[in-house]
Formats: sequence, C-alpha cells, structure tokens
Amino acid sequence: MKLTTISRKPLGFVAGWTAAAGALLGLFLGTANGSGPTGLIIGAALGAALALALPALNNEKLARWLVLALLVAITFYFGGIALALLVGLFAGWFYGWFTFWLYEGRYRARLAPYLTPGQVLWHFGFRVICGAIFVFLITPILVVMPLSFNAEDFFTFTPEMLSLDPEGFSLKHYRDFFTNNEWQRSFKNSLIIAPIATVISVSLGTLAAIGLSQSHVPGKRAIMAILISPMIVPLIISATGMFFFYSQIGNFLEGTIGLDKTFVGYIKVILAHAVLGIPFVIITVTATLVGFDRSLTRAAANMGANPVTTFFRVQMPLILPGVISGGLFAFITSFDEVVVVLFVGSASQKTLPWQMFTGLREQISPTILAVATILVAMSILLLTTVELLRRRSERLRGMSPQ
Amino acid sequence: MSDATQPTPPAGPVLAADGTPLKRSLARALRMQKTRALLLIAPLLIFVLLSFIVPILSMLFRSVENQIVENTLPYAVEEIAEWDGTSEQIPGQDLFQALYFDMFLATELKRHTRLGTRLNYEQTGMSSLFRQTGRKLDDLGKDYRNAFKAVDDIWTKPATWAALMSGGDGAAANATLLKEQRVRLSTLNDTSLPRQSSFVPGQQISELLPLTTREFTAFALVAELIDKKDFAKVKPVESLFVALAADLSTADLAGYDGPYAEELRALVESGAVTMPDFQAFFVDADEEWGKLETWRTIQTHSSSYTSGYFLNAVDMQKTPDGIQMQPENKQILIKLFVRTLIMSLIITGACILLGYPVAWILANLPMRSANVLMILVLLPFWTSLLVRTSAWKVMLQQQGVINEVLVWLGMVADDSRLVLINNQTGTIIAMTHILLPFMILPMYSVMQTINPSYLRAAKSLGATNWTAFWRVYFPQSIPGIGAGSILVFILSIGYYITPEIVGGTKGVFISNQIAYHISSSLNWGLAAALGTILLLVVLGLYWCYDKIVGIDNVKLG
Repeated sequence: MKLTTISRKPLGFVAGWTAAAGALLGLFLGTANGSGPTGLIIGAALGAALALALPALNNEKLARWLVLALLVAITFYFGGIALALLVGLFAGWFYGWFTFWLYEGRYRARLAPYLTPGQVLWHFGFRVICGAIFVFLITPILVVMPLSFNAEDFFTFTPEMLSLDPEGFSLKHYRDFFTNNEWQRSFKNSLIIAPIATVISVSLGTLAAIGLSQSHVPGKRAIMAILISPMIVPLIISATGMFFFYSQIGNFLEGTIGLDKTFVGYIKVILAHAVLGIPFVIITVTATLVGFDRSLTRAAANMGANPVTTFFRVQMPLILPGVISGGLFAFITSFDEVVVVLFVGSASQKTLPWQMFTGLREQISPTILAVATILVAMSILLLTTVELLRRRSERLRGMSPQ
Repeated sequence: MSDATQPTPPAGPVLAADGTPLKRSLARALRMQKTRALLLIAPLLIFVLLSFIVPILSMLFRSVENQIVENTLPYAVEEIAEWDGTSEQIPGQDLFQALYFDMFLATELKRHTRLGTRLNYEQTGMSSLFRQTGRKLDDLGKDYRNAFKAVDDIWTKPATWAALMSGGDGAAANATLLKEQRVRLSTLNDTSLPRQSSFVPGQQISELLPLTTREFTAFALVAELIDKKDFAKVKPVESLFVALAADLSTADLAGYDGPYAEELRALVESGAVTMPDFQAFFVDADEEWGKLETWRTIQTHSSSYTSGYFLNAVDMQKTPDGIQMQPENKQILIKLFVRTLIMSLIITGACILLGYPVAWILANLPMRSANVLMILVLLPFWTSLLVRTSAWKVMLQQQGVINEVLVWLGMVADDSRLVLINNQTGTIIAMTHILLPFMILPMYSVMQTINPSYLRAAKSLGATNWTAFWRVYFPQSIPGIGAGSILVFILSIGYYITPEIVGGTKGVFISNQIAYHISSSLNWGLAAALGTILLLVVLGLYWCYDKIVGIDNVKLG
C-alpha cells in the first residue's frame, strides 16, 4: 500500500546515513582487530563511498551483488568463514538494500505524506528498538540449537565450530541422550506421567467446564476461584503443601493398603500434575463454550437424542478444538513441571525436567543442550498445533470469515 | 378455534402442561438444571479440594502446629506447666521423674532426636543434649536391676513382670490405663496401632504401683504392637526397675494380696529399694539440664500451637522473656523477603519497558505481519522453562556466549569478563526474558481494542506526538500494563527454578529458602510459615488482579 509518491533523495543525505551504518560495522570489526577508531573511520568512509558510487552504476541489481561480494570478502578477511556467513552475508544484503532504500526514497512510501523528518526517524528508530527486543526474546532459544551439535563438552562455541570445520560438530550429545540410561529413564517417566495426568485433567475439566457454562450455577465465582487456584498459587507453595500431604497419603497407601512403593510414587506425581493442569483445561474449554450455540443441543434433544448422544455427537465435535488445546496446555504443564515432582516424587519418578535441573545444578553436561533442542522442536510442534486448532475452532463457530 | 370450544381458564395459578402450577414446575426445572450443573462440576471440585486445597490447608496448619513437644514428652509437659519459669530454681524431682520416663519411651522408639531437632531451632545445643541424654538413660536402671537381681533373680524374668502387672488370673482390669497408654504410644509414634493387644493391666496393682504399671503397659504395647513380639518373653527394660524402685519407696504393701506379694515385701525389706534421684541423674548426664535456660526454652515451646515459626519467618524469636528479634547474624529472612520484592519489582519494571513497545507494534501492524511477529513472542512462551533457563546459563557464563562476543569485540578485557551469572544480574536478566511474554500478551490484548483514530484525532487537533501518546493513548493502555504487571509480579515472587540455577547465593528468592528448609534443613514448620506469608501476599495481589481485570478474563496465548 503506497501512501506517498516517492522521489530520489540527494546523495549527501544518503551518504550520511550509510556512513553512519558503515561506521557501526567498522567499529565492531575495528575493536575486534585492535583499533576501534581506525575501524570507525574506515567504515564511515567506505559507507559514504558506497552511497556515492552505487547510484552511479545505474543498475541496482548489479550494484547490490557487488556490495554483497565486497562485504563477504571483508568479513572473511577479518574473521574467517563463520563471520563471513553470519555477518558478511547479512551486512552485504543490508548495505545494498539500505543504500537504495534511502536513495530512491522508498522509506517514505508507506508513511503518511505529512510526517516531518523527525517523525520518520522516530518511526524507524522505534522499529529498530522493537527489533532489538525481539532479538532478545528469541536469541537464547536460537543459541542453544547450534551449541547442541558441539563436538566438545563445552557450553560455548569452539574455534572449530566458528570456522565451520566439520570436525567441530557432532551428534554425540544426541547419542548420549538416546543411549544414556538416566536420560532415557527420565524421558520414559515423563512420557508416562504427563499423558495420564493430562487425561485426568482433561476428562474431569471438560465435564466441569460444561457444568460451569450452564446458565444457573450456584456459587459460580467461588467454584471458579477454587478450580483455577492451582494456577495462581506459586508452584513452590503448592509443592510445599503437596509434599506434606502426599507423604502422608503415600505412607497410608504403602503401609496400610500395602501397595508397591514405585507405583504409589507414580500415583502421587500423576495426581499432583493433574491438579496443576486443570485450570488450563477449564479456561480454554469455558472460552470455547462461550461461543457455543445452545440451540444445537436443544435441536438434538428435540429430534430424540438423549443427553449422552447429544454430548458426543453434537457438542463434543464442536468444542473439540478447545478441549485439545486445553489438553496440550495441561500436557506441557506436566511435561515441563519440575518443582512439584522434585518435592512429591522420589528418584524412581525422575522426569526429564528434573534430570535437566540436576544436570544444570550439579554435573553440567552438554547433553542438556541436545535435550533442550529436542524440546524446542517439540514446542514448535505444539505451538503450530494449538494455532491450527484455534483457527479451526474459530472457523467452526463462524467467527472469522473464510 | 372458537371461543365455544375453549374452556374458560380456571381462576387461580397458571398450570403447566401436566397440571402442576407453572410456578412450581418452573422452580423444579430450575432446580434440576442447577443439580445437573453441580453434578457435572462435582467430580472435579472434589478432586481439586482433596488434592490441592486440603494440602494447602494442611501446610497452613503446619505453620502453627507444635504438638511434637507434647506428643514426645506428655507427662513432663504436664509437670512443666506448674513450674514457675521466672523463679531462679530449676524444676523439682517430679518434673525430672516425668521427663525420665517420657524420654525413655521416646528413646526406645527413636523419637527423642526429632524433638531435639525441633527445639534446636529455638536454642542451639538442644539436639545434642537430647541425643546424648538418650544414650545414658539406661545407666540409672542398670543399677537397680543389679540390686534387685541380687535380692531375687525372678525380677529379671519377663514372666514375673507379666504376671505381676496383669494382677493374676481373673483380677479386675484397669481399662482406662490401657487406653491412655495406647493414645500415648500412637501419638508418640505417629501411627495408628493395631486394635488388639493381649496385655491388660490389673486394677489393684495399678493403684499400688501406678508408675510401674503405667510404664509396663506402655512397654508391653511397644513389644507387642510395634516390635511384634510376645511381651511376656521380652526382657524387661531398665526404666521398669527405676519405676518399681520409685513406687516401692512410697507404696504401702500391707494390704496387697496379689501375685508376688511376698517377693515385693522381701524386696522392700532388703534395702535395695531407694527413691531414685532423677534430678541428680539428669544433671550428671548433661549439665545443661541443671540450667534454667534449657527448662525455660522447653516451657516456652511446650504448647501445642505456636506462633514461633511465624516469628522465625520474620527474624524474630519466642524467648522465655517474650518476643525478641533474632541475633544480628541470624537475621536473613526479612532481608530475603525485601530482596524478593525489590527484584520482582525490577523484573516487572523491565518487563513493562521491554513489553510495551513490542505490544504496541504488534497491535498496530497489519494482521499478517503481526501474526508472524507474534510467533517470536509465543515461541519462548511455549518453550520449556528449563530450556530457557539452560539457554541463559549458556549465554551468561564467564566463558559464555555474551562474554565471548564482548571479548572478541574487544569491549571487555579477557581477564575482566563480566560476572553475569550467579548473582542478581543473572536472575533479573533470565527472569525478565522468561516472564516477558506474560507481560506482552495482556498488553497486546488491551492495545488491540484501542481505536487508532483517537490518536489521529488528537494529532489533528494540534497535539504533538508525545502529547497525543501520553494524554490519549497511554491512559487507555493502562489496564493492560496493570494486568501484565500483576501477573508478572505474582509469577516472579514465587519463582524457584530460575533463581536456583542462575542466581547463585545472592540472586535467590524466598522460595529458594522454602525449598532449602523442606529438603535440607528439614525445618518444615518454618518452611510452612514462609509459604503461608508468601501465599497471603500472592492472594492479596490476586485479589487486586481480580478487581482490575477479573478472573474470567485470563487468556492464554
């Protein structure tokens, strides 16, 4: 959408900005190689020169390829292949784009024509700030991934990794995860505990959410407050309370009824996790039920369906997306949970997060990074699923036009 | 339909189709609806009440509960109530006697060390006092046993005691005493005992030798119900000889005609029976028992409910002279509370500063690009907490990514790398990152509802950019800031994992102290008191959240 007709800008204006941008890169490269000010000056000069030279070529595509090649060469000279790939490529693309973006006046195209230069500057400055915050949000997650392929047992990039030497990379941490008994057992435990806890919280939670969405529920606010309290009370307090309570329950189950100790341990952890997952199910399912058309159940009843049939054939398919995303929330809550399991469970219920936690606190092993990468992949998968479900649910309820 | 076929409506209440008055019929339908809703909710409500609310309440209870002293030393606690703590004299023989038998039984069941640990929170040295005294208790009884054995060796035979104490065949039984001792034992051992036991103390003997019968009943119950042995075959324990000596030195055997009457008289006449000097024995075992301070501490903390843990939680302590501040070097908890609050405020502030621009740009970009950027907010939100924490550990270490980059750039010298982890900086950076999505999401949902034309209207009326933002846009976005801030603040003051991993010793929160008392120092009462205070703070904040935003408006993703 174009708001303003654009025109070419004076070269002096363009050169000023590209010089500043060049100075910034020059400063970094300069300080890294001994002298900041020299780098700064050379960078500024180079940036200004680019601004003056490129438009003279009269061929934007060629000019931008040339800048890209130049910057890759410069960064390769200073920092080897890793720097060339990481910084050079990006900087090369950026300087080419930036020069022409300014020179052709494209930056004004989408802005209202009456904005003053100061307002334009603020507009883009603000975007740069936001970009920086997004970088802050996402960098830690991105940094973990390449590090998990480290061939050494370090938590940092080795010189081999930076020079993209295949020797520097390996899958050994993943191998360790898949062959180490400790990790495998804890992974298995997580896969036992989380699904069962999810099933409990989803089945009870869905029923209760349907009950709560009826029009006349005595004490609705109080009930709601109780049901979502596990989400509000800090985990450490829940864990403390459950620690006292479940150790008594455990003693009772083991001593008086005579159940197996490991089995009782699983029961305790599963029940505790089920409670923690319930608020998420309640919230998502009640939110879905808000948009549910009640006349559908009445119509079904009118045509002779009993309440159970109505629930499974009419209501359930419609609220299923909400139920599933509530279930995913409950699953991730249990799968991610470490404080409660740390207090309530015993060593034979060690879950994956618990293993990671001890790993981080005591013997720090890079296998954690491999696990972290796997979990990030899993969360991307979950995020996609939830998003798709949300869209489907909105479509089913006719809330967003197709 | 014509009027002729229509019966005239009856005067009186309107009727439903089945003939009942409509009012009642409607009321019944409403009641049914309510019941159905409640039945649907009931399973979950009961589940949450049992497995969440009850544990929380039991934690609250544990923060004031102090029955351990009374349960472990029931008779001594009775006696100590009569001792005047302000007098300058240590208690008399009665209290020491009660203490001896309480301690003896507790030592048999290995419960005395727990009490020692409990009292050690109040006065250091109590733990070792109880442990060491427990080891020496047998000495007093051994002397009497040897003396009695010298008179007649039936006194070391289990069968003698069993027959003497039950009062012989067909003797009247003292059921009250038996019941009392069952209660004493089950509270001391913290278990419920099996119903059946075969020993019944005799009525006559329990009047003649009250102490001995009492102790033997307890001994028989321990042997039979806890150790699962035949009490009539277990060697009598040392305390029984002490009890017998104490009883016989005052008892009048003249009217006694039960079993072993002759042997008892012979024992008294032999001169082997003397009143044991309990006070001297205890002071000899450990001189702490002769100090007023020890007794005052026990007296102060002997009630079954105490405010002591709460006082400890705010760096105070209950002393015999009233409530006082803890000694200077033990005052850490208030500091920790204040630190938790300040750091949570800093984290909330940082989240507002970083979250506001992001929420603004998400709310003001076209839908398509906003959705793409939203992924960058939601991905960290969905990523495992442990993953994000380990990522920050990787980033912030001395040899970590940030330091390496700064050193490579030459901004930081190699030998003076920034200390970003294991201190408050580490906790603040990592937690700001972890909680930022919780700030952005509520802000975003509020900002989405702000009509952009207000801002344009303000500008067209001549407001500058800043005025338009500050006077028009910002006030409308305050609910979002409030919701996000309270959410982030509530979450951060209860955080445990992240401070534990990146906080070192200086960057930890009050929750880490709770965890420490639960798993390392085992001072569960103090942990419960700290938890209760934290819970109250959170509930207060949550109440504000409910007032500002409403519980129903909690949205996910």
